[in-house]
Amino acid sequence: MADKYQIYGINGPVVTIAGATSLRMMEMVYVGENRLIGEVIGLDSAMTTIQVYEETTGLSAGQPVFATNELMSVTLGPGLLANIFDGIERPLNALETATGSFIGRGCNLPALDSERLWDVTIIAKPGDEVHGGAVIASCPETSAILHKVILPPTLSGRIVEVKPGGKYTINDVIAVLEDEKGTRHNLTLCQRWPIRTPRPVAKRLAPTRPLITGQRVIDTLLPIAKGGAAAIPGGFGTGKTMTQHQLAKWCDADIIVYIGCGERGNEMTQVLTEFSELLDPKSGRPLTDRTVLIANTSNMPVAAREASIYTGITLAEYYRDMGYHIAIMADSTSRWAEALREISGRLEEMPADEGFPAYLPSRLAEFYERAGYTQTLCGEEGSITIIGAVSPQGSDFSEPVTQNTKRFTRCFWALDKSLAYARHYPAINWTESYSEYTVPLADWFVENAGADFLGMREQIFKILLDENQLLEIVKLIGADVLPDDQKLTLETARVIRVGFLQQNAFHADDTFVPLSKQKAMMRLILLLHEKARQIVLRQVPVSAVIKTGLFEKLVKMKYDIPNNKPELFDDYAADIDSKLAPLLKGRDAE
Amino acid sequence: MIIEYSGLSQIVGPLVTLEGVPGASYDEMVELRLTDGTARVGRVVKVEGGKLVIQVFEGTRGLSLENTQTHFTGKPIEMALSKEILGRTFDGLGRPKDGLGEVYAECRRDINGAPMNPVSRVYPQNYINTGVSSIDALATLIRGQKLPIFSGSGMKHNELAVQLVRQASLADEADFAIVFAAMGVKNDVAQYFIDSFESANVMSRVVMFLNLANDPIIERVITPRCALTAAEYLAFEKNMHILVIMTDITSYAEALREFSSSKGEIPGRKGFPGYLYSDLASLYERAGILKGRGGSVTQIPILTMPNDDITHPIPDLTGYITEGQIVLGRDLDSTGIYPPVSVLPSLSRLMKDGIGEGFTRADHSAVANQLFASYAKVQDAKALASVIGEEELSSADRKLMEFGREFEKRFLNQGYNENRSIEDTLDLGWELLSMLPREELDRVDDATLNAHYRPQDSAQ
Repeated sequence: MADKYQIYGINGPVVTIAGATSLRMMEMVYVGENRLIGEVIGLDSAMTTIQVYEETTGLSAGQPVFATNELMSVTLGPGLLANIFDGIERPLNALETATGSFIGRGCNLPALDSERLWDVTIIAKPGDEVHGGAVIASCPETSAILHKVILPPTLSGRIVEVKPGGKYTINDVIAVLEDEKGTRHNLTLCQRWPIRTPRPVAKRLAPTRPLITGQRVIDTLLPIAKGGAAAIPGGFGTGKTMTQHQLAKWCDADIIVYIGCGERGNEMTQVLTEFSELLDPKSGRPLTDRTVLIANTSNMPVAAREASIYTGITLAEYYRDMGYHIAIMADSTSRWAEALREISGRLEEMPADEGFPAYLPSRLAEFYERAGYTQTLCGEEGSITIIGAVSPQGSDFSEPVTQNTKRFTRCFWALDKSLAYARHYPAINWTESYSEYTVPLADWFVENAGADFLGMREQIFKILLDENQLLEIVKLIGADVLPDDQKLTLETARVIRVGFLQQNAFHADDTFVPLSKQKAMMRLILLLHEKARQIVLRQVPVSAVIKTGLFEKLVKMKYDIPNNKPELFDDYAADIDSKLAPLLKGRDAE
Repeated sequence: MIIEYSGLSQIVGPLVTLEGVPGASYDEMVELRLTDGTARVGRVVKVEGGKLVIQVFEGTRGLSLENTQTHFTGKPIEMALSKEILGRTFDGLGRPKDGLGEVYAECRRDINGAPMNPVSRVYPQNYINTGVSSIDALATLIRGQKLPIFSGSGMKHNELAVQLVRQASLADEADFAIVFAAMGVKNDVAQYFIDSFESANVMSRVVMFLNLANDPIIERVITPRCALTAAEYLAFEKNMHILVIMTDITSYAEALREFSSSKGEIPGRKGFPGYLYSDLASLYERAGILKGRGGSVTQIPILTMPNDDITHPIPDLTGYITEGQIVLGRDLDSTGIYPPVSVLPSLSRLMKDGIGEGFTRADHSAVANQLFASYAKVQDAKALASVIGEEELSSADRKLMEFGREFEKRFLNQGYNENRSIEDTLDLGWELLSMLPREELDRVDDATLNAHYRPQDSAQ
């Protein structure tokens, strides 16, 4: 039986034990008669400090604390996908069966269904010398994903026994391994891993492939690499959650880990219902089949919110080790930082910026560094892309969480209040945002999107920047007095903003746009701009070009040209040519 | 087992400390009996070995280290519930204050509630017709939503809340009830709500929790929890549709700050405790609909933004938790427009799935998006006009200015008793949009424009 101690003090989610203990840092413990889950976060000879992952109401001094001799860990195995867990990997569906619509306390259910039989194919053979991370068996987990049973990274040795292929539960022994000391280890479909320890990889590779999201402003202007990290900061109502939903639905990762960290309960319900109805464009299967949901809503215990981020990334690393590409949506990392602040305050630590603990930047760095494009221990390529929403207090990007996140992510998609007010979604501000991945991804774009893609992207950017400067003048004197070539810039920029950057998530075609269509749209806009520029050079007023209705036509092309009819773009180009031909002849033709 | 201790070892603000009490549990309710026969209620907020810190809701005035007997009840604060609570008035701690005696309890519930399992929730999609154009069209209220009103001192948020209750088309339904929680509001404000409920003939369906401006401040921390416990009971056990109005969240948050600072906690932004977000979430997240239960809890919290500052921690954190917000604007209010709903920052997050075909009307989202987009452009035109004068504007901008004025005068502005149907509201939206040139309407597809765009109408 594990060691047993007594509660000394209770303050919110923080519980203390007086006197010396043999507990370890980050060890999981059970607190009180209800056996609430907790984790050791501070040790000294006089006092052991524990954060409790459930409400501490009803605990009293003198109640027992049980040691588990295990670091705070999660169970990894088949059955994670298409499932929903709380911040410490308790299965919410099973919890509902156990305690009803409201979450009860002290309910320690196993994370994975131990009854369910999986159709296992054994890959390892007796006599195989295997290292940590080797694939020893596989089973189809959902219709979309083949689960590979990998040897825990801490083990290596020789397989001495395997079971025949067939149906097994997660706890059945499927093989036996003998390590170099001669100890035998039973191997099952599942394994445990401490959430705060990154799982090892063979080596890290440079991120040179983009994560295609189908969102024009991201793919074209501000791309993110597979294995990269991006931050989406924005005040409330600017569409952080919407943007994350869009990415979770359409990005070309194999698996999505969606962490609802301190956010709204109804949003998680929405993800649950929506994702089971939507089909993955790649596999044609429901999106839930490639998704793991971690839901720790804002009213669930704050310590579990702090853990939810680590739980999510550990699950992601487990699938990465099988050679999959994972995208993590963390909504929102600010709530996680606030949970840190809250616990830190209860521990009476010296606060740094705005009450946040001094270790905030290092914790953020640790988390974002778990993203990466890697060669896994089993020799395959896998990646984790982290997309973290940031909710800056008072919509002020100079606050500590936004600033520190900026340091450790290379993609910054700043959401803008005024764009959101005008219902321009996604409200990513193109002047404030940046992506450092454009350079490492350049080769990929040249190879896959054509040599002219990046040039066109630059021209689009240039027009937008020019517009930005012109608008400063317009604010003072109005647009009417500008010369015609500048009016043209404003008009083209409007087409880019409304027709290209703004994207309708509720439109069947516009919600996801393949890169080839994005490029075709850019080409048309630039074609019109270039022709119109020549016309204006011939002293024809820009209003004559606007009168052709071509600008309006391009604004609506995102709706009018279906994704599966790229040939229509040629008709559009021909239409531009024919309508502008008379104007090109110059002023006399008018 | 009831344990009783005499005397206290320390009194600081609303907190008292008791030593040598083994076995008392965290968050437990205690009763302090004074030698003069009066009693006060408190709760254990910190345990340190045998030392307890107790928060006294009615304040510590008159307490001494000797004159007090402390009883431990062994359980957290609970509220006695039955269907009889309808039509009753309670104080901030959930005790009847209307002189009609105790509530015969069918059950007793811990006022802290428990978090709803996200798996058990039903995604709210049924829209509530409020008859207020700006809300119905642009920030639609959905049953099971939490949609706060962000206001400022002196603006007409109370009137708007009452109008919502009166017109919400809910009032006719048999299984509808209102839970009203007043936190630190003035007596006459509470009276205004009572009078309004009476004149709307819904008083028998209202449960009131009153912690007025002159009532003990620390009680305020408990008031919304009592109210929401009552709401959850009626909604999920009696299958009723409950509208919870909580006013004023700012007073609540200030009470929390006072409590936190007397406990000696490290303050976060503007002196509010670091857990303000979690604490507010524990209130707001109690709205929703559950699978297999007939009822729903819809919340309309009202908060007055200190100094009209939407970035102040209270509105800021609220906005991050609630599913949108209705923001009232000082500039509209001062030009006499009622309700002074500031359209651009107002938002309903649940709107997108609760409008359109089958809910309101197929063109609803098109009108709403276009009105937002065009009204946003009006702001740019206004800014320009203030520099160069309206006469110097281009004709397109002048049309926008005209549209903006009409939009405020006819669409936003409506009578306190005026109940507009959703059809009227949307038609009015189209009528106003028809003032603009067709190519300005870039958020609407051609088919919808053909069906609704009528430029000649507005020319009349």
